[in-house]
Amino acid sequence: MKNIKYLIAGVFFGIVLVKSQVISWFRIQEMFQLTSFHMYGVIGTAVVTGIISIQLIKRFNIKTMAGEPIAIAPKTFNKGQIFGGIIFGLGWAITGACPGPLFAQIGSGFTIVAVTLLSAIAGTWLYGALQSKLPH
Amino acid sequence: MYILKFVQQPWHWSVAGLLIGLTVPLLLILGNKAFGISSSLRHICAACFPANISFFKYDWKKESWNLFFAAGIILGGFIAGHFLQDGNNVQVAAATQARLATYGVHDYTALLPSEIFSWSNLFTWKGLIFFVIGGLMVGFGTRYAGGCTSGHAIMGLSNLQWPSLVATICFMAGGFFSANVLIPYLFKWFN
Repeated sequence: MKNIKYLIAGVFFGIVLVKSQVISWFRIQEMFQLTSFHMYGVIGTAVVTGIISIQLIKRFNIKTMAGEPIAIAPKTFNKGQIFGGIIFGLGWAITGACPGPLFAQIGSGFTIVAVTLLSAIAGTWLYGALQSKLPH
Repeated sequence: MYILKFVQQPWHWSVAGLLIGLTVPLLLILGNKAFGISSSLRHICAACFPANISFFKYDWKKESWNLFFAAGIILGGFIAGHFLQDGNNVQVAAATQARLATYGVHDYTALLPSEIFSWSNLFTWKGLIFFVIGGLMVGFGTRYAGGCTSGHAIMGLSNLQWPSLVATICFMAGGFFSANVLIPYLFKWFN
């Protein structure tokens, strides 16, 4: 039951993804064809909001609902961020979706995207199987 | 009813960006969770097909909040897609419309074009590339990169992590190449 709050947060996030048209294949093409500011505006505003939020959390030592101190694990660099990042970028423009929008597209009625999601799960599995052989 | 009409319009980028950005502190305050979605795909693998692979041998149940979050996104997508749409065509930049016309894409009635995203394309070359290969690249690439647009571009950059900046630049580089070189070439070949 403790997970219900994350389900509700997901509902909120899913509604925002659809209403901001971030899940639209058209918006992704516009972003990469540099014909619209929309996606840059969305991502830019989200990052600025996130930076300010995290700075406030740190400055005022804001705790979680359960009273724990908030701790965020740092990201460590490896070459996967370059190779994997490029592979994901290629797929992002083709499918018009990153993982979050895949779920939102399915919910909003594009049931064919379930095939894309299954392929993405298979791709994740493939990475797990090949991990030790890939440059990192 | 005015409120519903207001909500049913497409939302301005600043409103959308603000709400997406607020998801970062929301998840931290709800339970110290770092915003990120692609990990859910790993948890699904760990839960359903671990196949004795060390990458999938961990207690995924401890991370199950992420699966609830993903399920919520499907539900939120359903609510917005079925009750919060105004029924107007998607407004797309003229230059992109002209380019998509050369691909044979003309249907702007929904957020995704029916010329690509329909079940009738499943067993065609288009379906193989847009659903199967595209999906494989999204799943493989995000896990290899250790995160997606949410985990790196939003959460990582929000926390001023330079590896996330590297990842975000590579996401964009791949996307630019794909949208401007690969996709035009693919459609020339399809049509």
